[in-house]
Amino acid sequence: MDRFIEDKTTKVPVKLEGQEKKLDFMELKTGGFIKQRQKDLFAVRLRCPGGRMSTDKLVEVARIAHRYSKKSVVHFSFRQSLEILYVDYKDFDAMIGEITKIGMKVASCGPRVRVPTACGGCEYNPNGLTDTQGLADMVDKKYFGTPTHHKFKISFSGCPIDCARTREMDLGFQGVVEPEWDEPPCTGCTICSEACKEDAIQSDPDTGKPIYDAKKCIWCGDCIRACPTGAWRAKRYGHLVRLGGKHGRHPVEAREVALFVPDEKVPAVIERTIEWYLANGIRGERVAKTIVRVGLDNYLKFMEPVFEGSALVGRAEKEAV
Amino acid sequence: MSALKADAVLDLRGVLCPMNFVKAKLKLEGMDSGQVLEIVLDSGEPIQNVPKSIKEEGHRIVEVKKEDDHFRLKIEKGQ
Repeated sequence: MDRFIEDKTTKVPVKLEGQEKKLDFMELKTGGFIKQRQKDLFAVRLRCPGGRMSTDKLVEVARIAHRYSKKSVVHFSFRQSLEILYVDYKDFDAMIGEITKIGMKVASCGPRVRVPTACGGCEYNPNGLTDTQGLADMVDKKYFGTPTHHKFKISFSGCPIDCARTREMDLGFQGVVEPEWDEPPCTGCTICSEACKEDAIQSDPDTGKPIYDAKKCIWCGDCIRACPTGAWRAKRYGHLVRLGGKHGRHPVEAREVALFVPDEKVPAVIERTIEWYLANGIRGERVAKTIVRVGLDNYLKFMEPVFEGSALVGRAEKEAV
Repeated sequence: MSALKADAVLDLRGVLCPMNFVKAKLKLEGMDSGQVLEIVLDSGEPIQNVPKSIKEEGHRIVEVKKEDDHFRLKIEKGQ
């Protein structure tokens, strides 16, 4: 395999939307057309929020990919989107026409809100606590492409296993459930203390009834699912909000900024966070860096009207040390 | 000692996840709703996973007894 890009062309004439235009390869990247090292060939990134697609669309996408990929291959991107590889830029016009006709869109790169990623969530995953797919769809429709100082990645995990890696996102929402225990239906069977992988539930040696340590609890709901009598039940569901994570050359783990944020507040959290980032960040700077430069306190203070009682001031400070 | 009489017994000690659940599920499929299956599960992973899967299938765990390093569960088959 060649180690260096063979083709250094950046501008070529092309027919787009029926008109002769000059195409800037660098600009194309912002629209989801990514230059390959091979001359004239591009990876075309489709928009698949949460990595979900109807089989009808998938069949159509396969047909289009088969027609336009010079090597008959696609690549499943790290952010759950589908990239059609080896597409000749001269075919863009025809290909975009077909993509648009089946209701698919092209994704993007660059300094903006990216296509959100998500796990399966509570719809079909037994561990799922939140409707991650519904939320990813909402974010894609409402916030995709919003200009920011640098790339801005949002993801949704339905439970603390965190398959959608909210710790590595600029803004991440991880599903949580607060367990509550009622004495009467409890039979002291001790299954909850066995089911808890965090050592947050001990069984009373005499009665077998649970002794719960909230400090160790990560709100996964294993106790609720395991309890045979319904003595453990869900008090409330919500999101653990994480800010300022990233991967790349210098990974940063996100800070936990709020707990038990309900679904209906997710849009407000996104909007106000972006507002803070735009006001306090500088061009080319990820949120991770803005937090270090401006301070997490500044962010939390700004977020007070949205987070209200759910901010994790103490916890966040502790983590920062 | 136990008030509920089991219609069938399945000793799942030494059977790993998810085969222990699959065996319990198959056994339950051959029974009538309302009948009781008694299973014996190891502590650790089996007791963490099998009861919740049984609940998700719509059955009811009506009795749990801890015996040394294992659990004896009575399951009432759901509809």
